Amino acid sequence: MKVPFSWLKDYVDIDVSAQELQEKLFSCGFEVEELIYLGSKIDRVVVGQITNIEKHPDSDHMVVCKLDCGEEYGRDIQIVTGASNVFVGAKVPVALDNSTVAETNPAQLQKNPDGVKKIKKGKLRGVESNGMLCSGEELGINDDYYPGAEVYGILILDEKTPVGEDIKKVVGLDDYIFDIGVTANRPDCQCVFGIAREVAAVLKKPCKQPDFSYTETRASDVNVKVTVEDSELCPRYMGHYVTDIRIGQSPAWMRKRLALCGVRSISNIVDITNFVLLELGQPMHSFDLDTLSGREIVVRRARKGETIQTLDEKEFILNEENLVICDGDKPVALAGVMGGLNSEITENTKRVYFESAKFARDNVRHTARALGQSTDASSRYEKGVDAYTTALGMARALHLIEQLSCGVVTDNAADVCAVSTKGKKMTAKISKINGILGITVPTDTVLDILTSLNFRVKLEEDGDTMQVEVPAYREDIDGFPDLAEEVIREYGYDKIQPTFLSTATITNGGLNEAQKRMDKFKNAAKLQGFMESMTYSFFSPKHFDLIRLPEDAPERNAIRIKNPLGEDLSLMRTTLVPQMLENVIRNVRRGNDEGKLFEVGNIYLPSEDPANVLPEERITVSFAQWGTGDFFTLKGAIESIAKAFDVKIAFEKASYPFLHPGVSARAMLGSKEVGLLGELDPTIAGEQALEKKVYLAQLDYAALSKKFKDGVKYVPVPKFPSIKRDLALIVDEEISCGAIEDCISHACRAVSDVTLFDVFRGKQIGENKKSMAFTLTFTPDPAADKALSPEQVDNFVKKILGNLKYNLGVEIRA
Amino acid sequence: MENNFEELEKETEQDCSKAESGKALYDAKLRFAAKLKTIMSGMKELKKEERPVFGKRVNEFKEKMEARFAELGEALKRAELERKYQREQVDITLPGKAYTQGNVHPITLVKKQLIDIFSGMGFTVFEGPEIETDYYNFTALNTPKDHPARDMQDTFYINDNMLLRTQTSAGQIRVMEKQQPPIKILSPGKVFRSDDDATHSPMFHQMEGLVVDKGITLCDLMGMLNEFAAKMFNEETKVRFRPSYFPFTEPSVEVDLSCFACGGKGCRLCKGTGWIEVLGAGVVNRRVLENCGVDPDEYTGFAFGMGIERIAMLKYGINNIKNFYDNDVRFLKQFND
Repeated sequence: MKVPFSWLKDYVDIDVSAQELQEKLFSCGFEVEELIYLGSKIDRVVVGQITNIEKHPDSDHMVVCKLDCGEEYGRDIQIVTGASNVFVGAKVPVALDNSTVAETNPAQLQKNPDGVKKIKKGKLRGVESNGMLCSGEELGINDDYYPGAEVYGILILDEKTPVGEDIKKVVGLDDYIFDIGVTANRPDCQCVFGIAREVAAVLKKPCKQPDFSYTETRASDVNVKVTVEDSELCPRYMGHYVTDIRIGQSPAWMRKRLALCGVRSISNIVDITNFVLLELGQPMHSFDLDTLSGREIVVRRARKGETIQTLDEKEFILNEENLVICDGDKPVALAGVMGGLNSEITENTKRVYFESAKFARDNVRHTARALGQSTDASSRYEKGVDAYTTALGMARALHLIEQLSCGVVTDNAADVCAVSTKGKKMTAKISKINGILGITVPTDTVLDILTSLNFRVKLEEDGDTMQVEVPAYREDIDGFPDLAEEVIREYGYDKIQPTFLSTATITNGGLNEAQKRMDKFKNAAKLQGFMESMTYSFFSPKHFDLIRLPEDAPERNAIRIKNPLGEDLSLMRTTLVPQMLENVIRNVRRGNDEGKLFEVGNIYLPSEDPANVLPEERITVSFAQWGTGDFFTLKGAIESIAKAFDVKIAFEKASYPFLHPGVSARAMLGSKEVGLLGELDPTIAGEQALEKKVYLAQLDYAALSKKFKDGVKYVPVPKFPSIKRDLALIVDEEISCGAIEDCISHACRAVSDVTLFDVFRGKQIGENKKSMAFTLTFTPDPAADKALSPEQVDNFVKKILGNLKYNLGVEIRA
Repeated sequence: MENNFEELEKETEQDCSKAESGKALYDAKLRFAAKLKTIMSGMKELKKEERPVFGKRVNEFKEKMEARFAELGEALKRAELERKYQREQVDITLPGKAYTQGNVHPITLVKKQLIDIFSGMGFTVFEGPEIETDYYNFTALNTPKDHPARDMQDTFYINDNMLLRTQTSAGQIRVMEKQQPPIKILSPGKVFRSDDDATHSPMFHQMEGLVVDKGITLCDLMGMLNEFAAKMFNEETKVRFRPSYFPFTEPSVEVDLSCFACGGKGCRLCKGTGWIEVLGAGVVNRRVLENCGVDPDEYTGFAFGMGIERIAMLKYGINNIKNFYDNDVRFLKQFND
């Protein structure tokens, strides 16, 4: 929201600097995002009068001028210029020696983006020149700032301009623009006058009203009938017929105001509507009445398939969601967004129908978004325009018509209003206000602040209860907390004194069990050397292809985002594997040859009833390890992490489309599948130029954590020592280590541990056979209260060997 | 006779001087014993009265030599140990064999620091769903249907009723629906907004705090945030409120901390202002309390919400939010705390 300092001064007698005002606005809730000094590029440029012109002795197109720049700068300054529009007696902008002007050369602007050009005295073809005469462009202004600024040549100033005057004051560059961030609750401040009201309050000064007076000087020759069919989408519609229109240029003061706010002048009628928008925040529209068939206005929802061509000559096909302004038979404007080309003001327009209306903000937003047609008007409506200001806007426009003498206001007006335009009334207690602030603001101060913000306040006899009438333009105020905010932002947030919950109940904080487990899990992974990574919760359909999931893989049934940032971020992830693989690929490409990563995050699984039931968010863990260790390193790490929770994960051989068929496993928790583990398929590794082996794993944390055991379970240290025996076995190649371990453990209860310590293959073992050596640990039953005898252990071994032979065909190695 | 002893002593000394191991010394001792036995066998030829003198002499000699053997044995052991030490000597400047621990993500680290600070003040932690209903994310938080914050540009929608939560404030409602005051919760987690540029990530983390109890004021919010600033940054860090707007708080404030890099003098981090915008906060809107079945005339509260990435970036001087999701191990390994 751009607000010129000079314009604010129309309403408030501001006696502080722009910088001080910036501070004050900041403290009361209006952050000045940028304070722009318009004359920042211009320095030491003054008004000079040409006293003499001579031909340049050595040039056909240059002349040598003498300038009177007043006592301070010199009455006889010689400057050479190439411009042909200079004449003796002309008053011109003179850039003195060591001055700066705006850079106009596009090539220089590229090199020098701050756009400042330095001017120094020098010689032009041998003739001394002590500066430069400036064009409007070199001052950075156009005709709207100063008439004649766009003339080719030197800017010729008004003959009454005093010599020696700083040019910034003359052409209006000695001014500031406040670019203010207005919060969403203050649409009433989306305009210069709105900010002026705040400035007046914060400076404790009166605020002058704009002139809203006008006279209906002509009895109307037509009666324009206004019908609002949907008062929810259009709570107030005002129209006023103005005749005898004289289209022309707006006066300089108005053009300059528009220019300061970045709006180009078009013609007086259009400028008036833009001026009212800037000044009061009320979007206005003007129709050429002679183009409106049936001399009537109907505000209604568009019919499906209806079309309109807007002022910018774009054609739109509409539907019932779009509100349109129609004449007797067709849409003539897209309500709150833009007028129709068919009813545009032209230079021949004689009769105008002005519109000032309030439209529902969500409908305007919807239409602007759906049609991709965002305008100054639509953005105001989206933020909210109040019905009270709708009338002010109309009055102000009519006043300006009369002030500019560009039309005659008739007595034909319409006002279809379905809402109250009066300020809300409420009762509020000062003690309640102080109650949420936590400090005591003096009663007089509360009353003064509210009054300065145009609230009408009456304090009741109890000295606490206030009868408050809210300003009609403050639709955001609806309870005493809002008043508390008004009070404290003016009183000053620096008055808030820190206290520490003096009245609150003491509560016991900290993590719950599930949260503590998550901390412990991450810590366990960290202790195994893994670094935690994080990736987005959404991913690309391409990620399924990266890990070669078949078309019917359940993972492909993913939740789609309706409005994703792009196809690559369009699906809620159903697996963590592809993004983890991408982490590896990215790291390897950056020369990080080894690493171990893990991520804990949700996968999202559609519910049975996706329209009504939230999806399942399943906490899942993924691991990656590359350039270090092997399959068993990762397997061991996972086992160790599980062991921290006293959970044993079993692994069985399995195959996955993205894992090496010989080096991949399914993780099982009892009979439940809880994950996968394996080496990345070498062909995928090859495609991604991964030279070192990559190992990946994914675990269902949600399922695992249900089995996590917390705390410490103490078992007495055995009184009698354990006995170890080593067994070397001849085993068929396809029998897994896990199967043998299980068989041994099941065969004998005294076995407390089975550890493989060697695997050997060779001729002496036989084809398709391997030798596996295990250490078995036998621990006496604590209840038995005696040591195991060697004979007992011999018997256990005999039984174990028997089971191994019977179940798995395993022999002891001779 | 005496000569025999002297001779044996000399022979034995010679013998022993060749012994370089315990075994060689033992062999020398055996040889000595054999020779002594030969000398002792001469006793038979002595007269009866000379025998005790001889016997005494033998014993003295034997003791002397045994002491000598013991001494030599000790010396040998010492020498052997010396050699062992010498043999096993290492170059202590060789690199150590490190076991490298991993570490948690900086977001996890900062989240934990925040939880630690607020746990001490009596906060528990609540984690709500990331895919939320429109009701919990907006409506219950007093964000009416025509509010600009609901714009499609900011929110990712799944369907008309469900969306990716845009703020952890959604957790406020879920807690208050189930629990009457006193309430002190933190609600950390992932949030999603349809923004993607140098300073915005479409997914980031927030931490919401909510206190609802009797007589809670804006001063209490200030007090608590002072405590937070001192612990998270440093004791000198000051808190400043300035007016702002959030639909679910009234009054609403933007909270700035005095720049912990320059102490408020103005530097690059704070863009010369001396202050850094860190979080949004305010007094819980009465409508929000009503929506959750909490009586706003009996209870008041405050809420605050901060971006965890922002805190981490400020604290560690990280200048690009994308670093958090890039997972470069050279970035990640630095957060070893």
